[in-house]
Amino acid sequence: MGFLKNRHLLGLADVSAEETATILETAFSFREVLDRPIRKVPTLQGKTVVNLFFESSTRTRISFELAQKRLSADTVNFSSDTSSLMKGESFKDTAQNIEAMKVDCIVIRHPVPGAPVHLTRYVKAVVINAGDGTHEHPTQALLDMMTLQEKFGEIKGLNVAIIGDIAHSRVARSNIIGLNRMGASVTLCGPPTLMPLGIEELGVRIDYDLDQVLDWADAINVLRIQRERHGVCFIPSIREYRDLFGITRERLGRLDKQVTIMHPGPMNRGVEIDSDVADSDNAIILDQVLNGVAVRMSILYLLLGDQPG
Amino acid sequence: MQSRPLPRLYLIRNANIIDPVREKEFGGEIFLKNGRIVEIGKKVQVEESSGKVEEVDAEGRYVTHGFCDIHAHFREPGREDKETLVSGSRAALGGGFTTVCVMPNTDPPLDTPELIRFIVEKAADLPVNIHPIGAVTRNQDGEELTEMAAMVREGAVAFSDDGIPLKDGGVVRRALEYTTSLGVPIINHSEDPQLKGEGQMNEGVWSTRLGLAGIPGVSESAMVSRDVQLAEFTGGRLHVPHVTTRESAEWIRWAKERQLKVTAEVAPHHLYFTDADLSTYDTNLKVAPPIRSEADRQALIECLRDGTVDCLATDHSPHTVEEKEAPFDWAPCGMIGLESAFGAIWKVLSGASFSLIEMVQKITINPRSLFGFETDLFRKGTPAELVFFDPEKEWTFSREQIQSKSRNSPFLGKGMRGKVLQVIARGMIHDLPPAGSL
Ligand SMILES: [Zn+2]
Repeated sequence: MGFLKNRHLLGLADVSAEETATILETAFSFREVLDRPIRKVPTLQGKTVVNLFFESSTRTRISFELAQKRLSADTVNFSSDTSSLMKGESFKDTAQNIEAMKVDCIVIRHPVPGAPVHLTRYVKAVVINAGDGTHEHPTQALLDMMTLQEKFGEIKGLNVAIIGDIAHSRVARSNIIGLNRMGASVTLCGPPTLMPLGIEELGVRIDYDLDQVLDWADAINVLRIQRERHGVCFIPSIREYRDLFGITRERLGRLDKQVTIMHPGPMNRGVEIDSDVADSDNAIILDQVLNGVAVRMSILYLLLGDQPG
Repeated sequence: MQSRPLPRLYLIRNANIIDPVREKEFGGEIFLKNGRIVEIGKKVQVEESSGKVEEVDAEGRYVTHGFCDIHAHFREPGREDKETLVSGSRAALGGGFTTVCVMPNTDPPLDTPELIRFIVEKAADLPVNIHPIGAVTRNQDGEELTEMAAMVREGAVAFSDDGIPLKDGGVVRRALEYTTSLGVPIINHSEDPQLKGEGQMNEGVWSTRLGLAGIPGVSESAMVSRDVQLAEFTGGRLHVPHVTTRESAEWIRWAKERQLKVTAEVAPHHLYFTDADLSTYDTNLKVAPPIRSEADRQALIECLRDGTVDCLATDHSPHTVEEKEAPFDWAPCGMIGLESAFGAIWKVLSGASFSLIEMVQKITINPRSLFGFETDLFRKGTPAELVFFDPEKEWTFSREQIQSKSRNSPFLGKGMRGKVLQVIARGMIHDLPPAGSL
């Protein structure tokens, strides 16, 4: 049994503030491991983890895989394009087959929201959500919070803005839930067509004026923007988007303060964010990547590690 | 379920009789001869001379008209693995339904007089009355009208492309116009496909939380508003199935105020669940149109009370376990509903202080009158269609009790109030297992 209330990490919606603090604290101690010359501990020796990726994501998969290897777990990767799957039946079949091979943990990335919840119905293994459709991406939000904590000392009281395609972003949802729980204020900024209905009920503010938002924010999380999704145009043009919501050097230059910049990647340089902004000293984007490994080590350890005594 | 032929002379004594036509509830007796109503009253005259009378004491039981469902999917022909006319009939009896209208979205769809006759002939010997609803358009492709007059002659009681919305307003206009001479309603599954988009559930805070693509309420009400205006323009009869939003109901109210021939139904699941119940990603709660918000649910209850919505209909939609085991986005829409209907509806409506008579009207005479069926089943000489039930019984809907071929019900494990105990229809008596036993 692990150290958290729930057996699985399906989303941040069911992780308390106290647990979040534990996860982050543990992640910081694993960060030290990553800075050692031999970056490996025997913590999860003998445990087997399967990375089940139904949607391609090289970054997240490598980050999880590294975390598992640093903890000495045995790792297997399974990736499949969902279009080659015969939908429902084989989702269950795949799950049960993997379960039959006796694994301790399944890290799942899936394009359908709720798929990790669904998986828990068919397997006994611990399930970690590595992103499910537009629902949640809890480890991403945790690594974002860890990076903010590293930069600012604490999350409580921070003003964080999330900018861009909120409607299709699992990163935004997990961030909103996590940041709120840890006492930060969150403002969303982006075109109204990409603002999901009722999101204010999650305890956030919406502001369509980016300059005003930048004025207010200590840190901003910039989301990847795509003009079309499922054949529907949500914004008239990239030019207009950049004009209204692009994080440009010029825009930041007008402020009389520094704003910390995050991006979950992959970035469209020159679209939602200027290249030189992404590479500037205010950007903590590469710290996010490094902290991602530490946060995933923390989660794996807290869910799979053996309780002392 | 145990079934046996109805004795030639059958006297039911000590029953709590609910007469939805005369709006009366009284203790009394019912005498049946050759499967037909001879007399109903506090005390009935039994003609002893004509033979042996089987008497039954119905102490503590309520009896009323057999229920009527004007919206079910029995999947035959084509998807007999999900449901057949035979298995669907058993499911109907399990829910107290003695008359069921089946939707035409079978494979092939019921879009010719021959296919209507196929259903009528196949249903002739079944234990419940089954009436086919014909497709509005050939192959349900939304373009060319079917041979509606010939289909009515063969037994079609209404027309619908249910499951597929009629998106072309011109076709709806022609269908409403053409059927003015036939006296049957056009039923349009109102969901604007473009507004629905990739939607999987009601659009609102819950779709936002769960990350499931939303279906806005306006995708329904926009089409309802178009259709009721076309009903006014053509003078045709329009029936709006499975209403789910307050705004749709307002358009129906508007139509009724103008005395248009517009009627509407609501499904038990839209009265029982809200979109918050989808938080477990239960694919059995994936239906079209979707389960809406608590505010919509309350509005629907009020519309049923004030008559804006005429009746209840189950939208019984069987799917295989395999199909429903898929991740949410990939699962088909629909749930079975016949067997859970009464217990679910009465739980909701008794909680909203409806009387038992009002509730019974919504599943007996109201739907029957919409489709031109006999409404007074207590009239002398009428074939007996009776249902016996215990309105106070609190029970849990369980898998073992299901008679349908499918099991896709979100009501499994849910609390019900009111249990159907026995059904008399088409010369047979069917005893249902009591709640809790298998
Ligand atoms: Zn329908």
